[in-house]
Amino acid sequence: MNLVILILIGIFSYTSFIYGRSRIKKITTSQSIKINALPNYYGYYLALWCALPSLIILLVWSIFEASIIKGLISQTLSQNELNVYTSDQINLIYQKIVSLYNGNFSGTITNEIKQGAEDYKSFLSIAQSSKVVLLLSTAILTITYGIKRISKNNKARHDVEKILTGLLFVCSLVAILTTLGIIFSLLFESIKFFSAINIFDFLFGTSWSPQRAFVRDASAISAEEYADLKNAFGSVPLFAGTAFIALIAMTVAVPIGLFSGIYMAEYASIKVRKFSKPIIEILAGIPTVVYGFFAALTVGPFFREFGEKLGLEVSSESALAAGLVMGVMIIPYVSSLSDDVINAVPQSLRDGSYAVGATKSETIKRVVIPAALPGIVGSILLAVSRAIGETMIVVMAAGLAANLTINPLESTTTITTQIVMLLVGDQEFDSPKTQSAFALGLTLFFATLILNYIALRFVKKYREKYD
Amino acid sequence: MTKEERIKKRYNAEKRFKLYGITSVVLAILFVVFLIHVIFSKGSSAFQKTTINVELNFTLDSLYLDPNPSKDDLENVEYYDLAIESLLKVYQVNGLKEEKALINLFSPDYEYEVRDFLIKNPEFINKKTILKLTASDDIDQLHKGNYPRHLPEDRRRINDFQLMMYDKLVEQNKIDKIFNNYLFQKGDSRNPELAGIGGALVGSFFTIIITLLLSFPIAIFASIYLEEFAPKNRVTDFIEININNLAAVPSIVFGLLGLGILLSTFDLPRSTPLVAGITLALMTLPRIIIPCRASLKAVPPSIREGALAVGASKVQSVMHHVVPLAIPGTLSGTIIGLAQALGETAPLILIGMVAFVVDIPSIPTDPSASLPVQVYLWSEQAERGFVEKTSATIMILLSFLITLNFIAVYLRQKFERKW
Repeated sequence: MNLVILILIGIFSYTSFIYGRSRIKKITTSQSIKINALPNYYGYYLALWCALPSLIILLVWSIFEASIIKGLISQTLSQNELNVYTSDQINLIYQKIVSLYNGNFSGTITNEIKQGAEDYKSFLSIAQSSKVVLLLSTAILTITYGIKRISKNNKARHDVEKILTGLLFVCSLVAILTTLGIIFSLLFESIKFFSAINIFDFLFGTSWSPQRAFVRDASAISAEEYADLKNAFGSVPLFAGTAFIALIAMTVAVPIGLFSGIYMAEYASIKVRKFSKPIIEILAGIPTVVYGFFAALTVGPFFREFGEKLGLEVSSESALAAGLVMGVMIIPYVSSLSDDVINAVPQSLRDGSYAVGATKSETIKRVVIPAALPGIVGSILLAVSRAIGETMIVVMAAGLAANLTINPLESTTTITTQIVMLLVGDQEFDSPKTQSAFALGLTLFFATLILNYIALRFVKKYREKYD
Repeated sequence: MTKEERIKKRYNAEKRFKLYGITSVVLAILFVVFLIHVIFSKGSSAFQKTTINVELNFTLDSLYLDPNPSKDDLENVEYYDLAIESLLKVYQVNGLKEEKALINLFSPDYEYEVRDFLIKNPEFINKKTILKLTASDDIDQLHKGNYPRHLPEDRRRINDFQLMMYDKLVEQNKIDKIFNNYLFQKGDSRNPELAGIGGALVGSFFTIIITLLLSFPIAIFASIYLEEFAPKNRVTDFIEININNLAAVPSIVFGLLGLGILLSTFDLPRSTPLVAGITLALMTLPRIIIPCRASLKAVPPSIREGALAVGASKVQSVMHHVVPLAIPGTLSGTIIGLAQALGETAPLILIGMVAFVVDIPSIPTDPSASLPVQVYLWSEQAERGFVEKTSATIMILLSFLITLNFIAVYLRQKFERKW
């Protein structure tokens, strides 16, 4: 239906364009006055008047239609005198009604659901027809207004350009909207979570076992259960696990990445560079789920067997395997960023060093790297933030149990793993278990935000130094 | 230490340092080669499936059909009896236990394979033919050499009698390996030999189209505004900070956004390419805006000034001159952004795309899988057959990514202009 409406709006706009163009030509020739803009602009002007208001209405309508109909049906359900439903039950019944209407309902059809489906159908048809009427009348109104303006031979180009710039501006606002959306969706659930669990228990507690917290309503539980609940969401093991795996990853990625960056920038011939740089960057293009599969299927079992031969007990979901593979993934981020940074060091510094008789490696160690240090630190920090936010490798290759350990052969868990585990499968909204995932997400968001901010500051400072 | 010794020492240090660099580069390249080798060596066998030749006699009696059946009749009759009867003729067995062992050599869909064959080729009614029926996962893996047949019987899913039958059937040339059409045609299944990525392919296609439709225009418009029109003020600065930050936000946070806003506030359908596409579009948007702005910036100011000098307005100079010159660059940036979105898994898991979906979606609001999520789902399965399926899915996913990246590089090289 919406597709048909969109096509109709498209056709209307096109005809408006043609009409507007010919209209202004007629007006100016009949009255023999000078036209104020190219005829095409009058076409665009009318087409914009036709399309924009209708599209905005259509968008707003589509966003709110579902929730309004849901509200109406929930209202009739909650007015039912025989049964008093909680909001969860109403949601469930509503879902049944919708699936019955769509014809994929399986289960017993009660009278209520049947009635609801009929209501749903009638609401939908009312909504459809009123939408069409509304859109049509708006289109007619706006087009007449546009034609009136054209007849006065207005400055169409000016107006069209103003609208266009406005549109461009609105598009660039999407970035702000996304950030706001992230912050609101995370904050909204997190605040609910922190009203049930003390924020300090969350940040500084050392025991993480959310599966214990199967409580729906935090206010309706006994004191004993409440104390238990408090202890279920201590996220220190997760922070520690995340930091630990990131550390392992960085011990792999920093030396290899940095040295290959240095080699590419200072030693490699153009031919070697042209060949090896894209190959290393393949590592950055491989989806993380592939690394996860590789870590879980090849690296993890390999370490376990290797450890068995040495007489060590190695978990098949060891932090070492996940961290190592994550390190491989991060190599190109470190290498290409430090390559860029080293390339930006002015040649005069190197020439000065060579002139006093230093070898190439001495120049690199004593002159180039100190000069490039802020940029290198920045690139490493960016890589750390990537390691912290990385999800699939740890979900597939690291463990699920929250162990507070510094033994790389044991399994640990991370923030991202827990977010996925808490939200996969059947989730009840409004339980601390689900909400805790959003609280973890909020922590992750701020942690990476701060890291990125510092990293970008470093890089920026560095750039200013040599610009 | 003499002067010569010192110089020698310094030169050795130089050599060592260079060696570290070469070692790192070689190590990184070896990782790539090893990773791709592991995936390809595990996955290539999934493009073939093992079949067992079964002789079928499509008599009207055996199908309970009247003479001259219509297509409807063919779809509605019972094929089970015919299929079982023909299966049991493959090997001489006695007793229920042995019969069951023989039937278990086949994939449980044999009945439908017989039906689909006859519906497709109705001319075989009243005729005999030999049909290649799909073998079970264990036989498939055994035939491909991935099955540990040397284990003691109680630790294998295939018993000794089945192994003996298998060996005899191989001797009689009744077991073949043919192209695995199911891999591309079917949706997910609990049986590895019947599982395919048809649903995931379509799901990923819908997702990426929605991502493209949403993110490309918005990204282009936003970068045109920021690069060409934006006044230098606080709002502009704030937008730029936002874009740079969003580009570095972990993808899983966008999954939480999709879950919190799109699913619970706007009530959009769970597990669908629609929601996945919107979520990924929001995620890729900043990652596309950055290269788009770079390619707009690369257009020299003389182009703008030339247009302005002959009387074009600011908008005209941008839209008629700057943007057309920047389009190839923006396109290649967009394609690389889309390639990243295509491989993204974590946000899709959070919006429920991990649901077990057998049907292939026909519209973007049908529940569906997507390629990377399929990799994740299958990698969690215990059956041996899913390992090669997972690797094959990765091979297909990687080949899409490589194609997209090649297109991007080609566009860049073909249209790149040095000013």
